[in-house]
Amino acid sequence: MGSFLSRFANSLVLVLLLLVQTIGLAVQVRRSAEPGAAADSPRVVLARSLFVAAVSPVERVVHTASSAVRSAWGNYLDLRNTRRQNLALQHELDSMRLQQAAIAEDAVQGHRLQALLAFQQHYVSGTIAAQVIGTSGTELSRVLYIDKGAADGLKPDMAVITPDGIVGKIREVYPAKAPHVAQVLLVSDQTAGAGIILAKTRVLSVLHGTTAGFLQITNLTQDDRIQPGEQVLTSGGDGIFPRGLPVGRIESIAPDPEHQPYTAIRVRPAANLTRLEEVLIITGTQSSLPLSTLASLAHGAAATAAARTAAQKAAADKAAADEAARQQAARSAAEVVAGRLPSLYDPNDPNAPTPDAQKDPATAANPRTAGGVVPHPLPTLHTDRYSPGTAPPAAALTPGARHDPANAPAEQTAPPPNRRNAQPDSNASPPQP
Amino acid sequence: MLTPGYTTRRELEEHSFHPAVAVLVPLVAILLQVLVTKTFPQLFLLDLPLLVTIFFAVSRRSPIAGALTGMTIGLLEDLLTGQHIGINGIAKTLIGYIGASIGLQVDVEALTTRILMNFLFSLLNSLLLYLILRRLLGLESHQLLWRHELLRACVNTAVAVPLFFLLDRFKRRQ
Repeated sequence: MGSFLSRFANSLVLVLLLLVQTIGLAVQVRRSAEPGAAADSPRVVLARSLFVAAVSPVERVVHTASSAVRSAWGNYLDLRNTRRQNLALQHELDSMRLQQAAIAEDAVQGHRLQALLAFQQHYVSGTIAAQVIGTSGTELSRVLYIDKGAADGLKPDMAVITPDGIVGKIREVYPAKAPHVAQVLLVSDQTAGAGIILAKTRVLSVLHGTTAGFLQITNLTQDDRIQPGEQVLTSGGDGIFPRGLPVGRIESIAPDPEHQPYTAIRVRPAANLTRLEEVLIITGTQSSLPLSTLASLAHGAAATAAARTAAQKAAADKAAADEAARQQAARSAAEVVAGRLPSLYDPNDPNAPTPDAQKDPATAANPRTAGGVVPHPLPTLHTDRYSPGTAPPAAALTPGARHDPANAPAEQTAPPPNRRNAQPDSNASPPQP
Repeated sequence: MLTPGYTTRRELEEHSFHPAVAVLVPLVAILLQVLVTKTFPQLFLLDLPLLVTIFFAVSRRSPIAGALTGMTIGLLEDLLTGQHIGINGIAKTLIGYIGASIGLQVDVEALTTRILMNFLFSLLNSLLLYLILRRLLGLESHQLLWRHELLRACVNTAVAVPLFFLLDRFKRRQ
């Protein structure tokens, strides 16, 4: 027996070590398969906590030192580019304001319709920023370590995002041994996933990571409507990520040879999952929009309404100006034509009204004098029956009686004074025929 | 009269290390792996704990010591991952055992041997991890990307050669 042990000691030790670890693995797998059970047993959590507590201070120191160096260099570079960046940011801000004004009203309307439909939506109400201090060191497990933990209010299954898109979820916190460290499981890990919706086609699906670190959708059949470049958003169906967060864009679509008739849709993540420095952990959601967002939307809607009113006013002003210009042009044309017509006054007459007098507002306001005074006919030298004023008024005539022009009144035949040069009396009644 | 006997390669070239070196070198390797891959994501191809496991195993030339060293380093790696504890532990236990066993048979101080050994052990490590994940844990989504693994083996070999020369300075002949 002793010789057997000494002869096969190496092999026996190897088998023993492998057996112990295999049994340990089996226990962990069985535990994780139980519904509602935590991912790790308390002993495993304790072992992880101890090692993370030993490693994380070093990670934190190295991260702080490297950040300081990069910050100093970055500050120097930033100073050189600040002016150009300011201009670019200003242009971007202007563009964003226009976009916000354009979509704010739609957003308010959509929110109102959702409320009418009693749609339960979750909006981000609280986040905590954290720095990435380390990784797992292996491609088999894509996890990160951040410098915030249970002491900062983090709990497992909280969503981790960046302003660009989703990152993953909190996998573990270590309240006892490392309260300021948490482990983040990236969405690109082969054991991670997220509920998604395609922004354009509104197709719901599930996205998961792969061995190579890609994001992939594998449970959709061939659909011609789904094209590369389409945006992918979170659907909110996984209970971790709120609805509507950007996930990425479809990079390629190919038949999945292992799972026919499904397709393998590869998604390019919106957030750079390989170079993360800072992340945001969503610590709270609410069913209504946050007050700040509501104020922003209201401001955007008001800006849209004001812009619309200003546009309408500008259009009305422009129409009025066009009408005035048209009338002015017409009046000018009339004046030009009037200037070309024979004048009512003798240009050699010193008593004739001057052009300035013609433009007198009071005169112009009187329609009877606006165009000048109609001249009286010249007096007749030899009156006859056709001369003006020789015919008696109709009331003095008798029907059937003969009218003798010789018996006409003398004052009517008397030649009137020369009125050629007399000033026209605007109030004088026109001569009777 | 001289007593007839023989001296094995193990007796001739068995090395030991200062306890501080035996403890600190694997820990530093794990720490470096964690920190370097955060700053340079491309270096996920590199596996410093694997290289340290191979070095200690072939230097000590004791299969039991090699297996224990590999298991310890692998389990410490597993503690930092989101996976079950034991995946890297099993793989590196086998690597340590096989490395020590080979060290008993061939001259592992030669440059050519080191290059070949590191290249093959890197591929073996990938194969073992694939078998553990796919067959033992039933992760059907896990795939073995051969081109990727060949590249990983080349990178590990390129780093292992100077690293081994550096770690040779800490050897103590027994």
